[in-house]
Amino acid sequence: MLPEGGVILIFLIVGVVFGAGGLAASFLIHPRRKNAVKEEPYECGPPTQGPTWVRFRAQYFVYALLFVIFDVETIYLYPWAVKFNSLGLFAFIEMIIFLFILVVGLWYAWKKGALEWR
Amino acid sequence: MENLFVNTAGSIRNIMENSGLSPLLSDAVLVMFKLLAILVFVLINALWLVYMERKIAGYIQCRYGPNRVGPKGLLQTTADIGKLISKEIIIPRGADKILFLLSPALIFAPPLMVFMVVPFGENMAAVELNIGVFYFLAVASLSTVIFWMAGWASNNKYSLLGGMRVVAQMISYELPMVLAILGVVMITGTLNMSEIIRAQENTWFIFTQPVAFLIYFIAGVAECNRAPFDLAEGESEIVAGPFTEYSGMGFAMFFLAEYANMVLVSFMAATLFLGGWLAPFGLTFIPGWIWMLLKVYVLIFLFMWLRWTYPRIRVDQLMGFGWKVLVPLSLANIFVTGVAIKVLDMIGW
Repeated sequence: MLPEGGVILIFLIVGVVFGAGGLAASFLIHPRRKNAVKEEPYECGPPTQGPTWVRFRAQYFVYALLFVIFDVETIYLYPWAVKFNSLGLFAFIEMIIFLFILVVGLWYAWKKGALEWR
Repeated sequence: MENLFVNTAGSIRNIMENSGLSPLLSDAVLVMFKLLAILVFVLINALWLVYMERKIAGYIQCRYGPNRVGPKGLLQTTADIGKLISKEIIIPRGADKILFLLSPALIFAPPLMVFMVVPFGENMAAVELNIGVFYFLAVASLSTVIFWMAGWASNNKYSLLGGMRVVAQMISYELPMVLAILGVVMITGTLNMSEIIRAQENTWFIFTQPVAFLIYFIAGVAECNRAPFDLAEGESEIVAGPFTEYSGMGFAMFFLAEYANMVLVSFMAATLFLGGWLAPFGLTFIPGWIWMLLKVYVLIFLFMWLRWTYPRIRVDQLMGFGWKVLVPLSLANIFVTGVAIKVLDMIGW
């Protein structure tokens, strides 16, 4: 039997080859007419001002940070949910306490204004 | 009819084993056949859904939609694809060339990889992965990185803004989606997609987990970057977001992946909440895989209906709705589900 990881690998390879192949096929037949104006970054006409790759908006970072906290939590939640029926009341109460700590964290972030878009 | 595809797969395997191929090799060939079937299914779906979307948009806005190419405009998308392939791929000056081309090359891989575990009908998943749901969540979220690659590599301000928004939106709506599915996993106690469908023999989970379904559906719309959550593309403010600089085949790849993602999210919703291949009202004379497709198409129609009915929401509303409404609601859903299961257990129901 082919192991499941092998099947995943086949799907991954074919997915990438399909995308790359489509682009390559297009590269074979598309016209090439280079032109200084055509290669300008698109900004509705006027020439672009200043560099693009700058640091901006720390707000996005706050969301990313919150996401990491909650996403790590879900890693713990899924095994618990799978075994939920056989684990009994004690595990459930434990998980409620765990969730409660996270809800307090969310509430803290909320009160600190981390969820406001500024 | 019911076992049309299962029997076909079985006979292909028999032919190969009779001709003396080793089990490993015949397995690999069979996987390639399944992969090909999925690929063709996804591509035809994308072609057809673009047409369907434009028609629905047309009728919602009191016009005809495409009706020139072929009968009733049915060949419109085929013509579009032909045009897109033959268009020049323009790489803007100062762009990060490798990332710029890598992004459209990779974008189709995550949806295709997830289709591996989708049960199209009974015994019709390419692989019965025992962590199917988790695999879906893990692989589907890889698209975020690829969108961000496109946004960053383009060396365009609109692309950068769009890329930032894609990341913020997709990670914010990932959480409610993950937490909503948790309710279903708690009831079934399995992550295998086929097992989850079998657990809905008596009642679909949309009736026992209505809140979870609602959260999943909203988060699904947001994950696909579709209106009213299409801030990442936002044609009227940031041109086309991360896809601004893409032309020809590069753009076509993103477009294809968007529709593949939509089909995928609908398949997951049908699997998790609408009973997958199970027939409602005992109408079992219609094969299971047709029921699956029907449910998926109803959901896709809902997606399109939403898109052409509601205006785009603002970015602060988007983030506020995700973090202040959907996340607490999905946490509450987990809590209520847990208590309900325990209480029903205690009274022996």
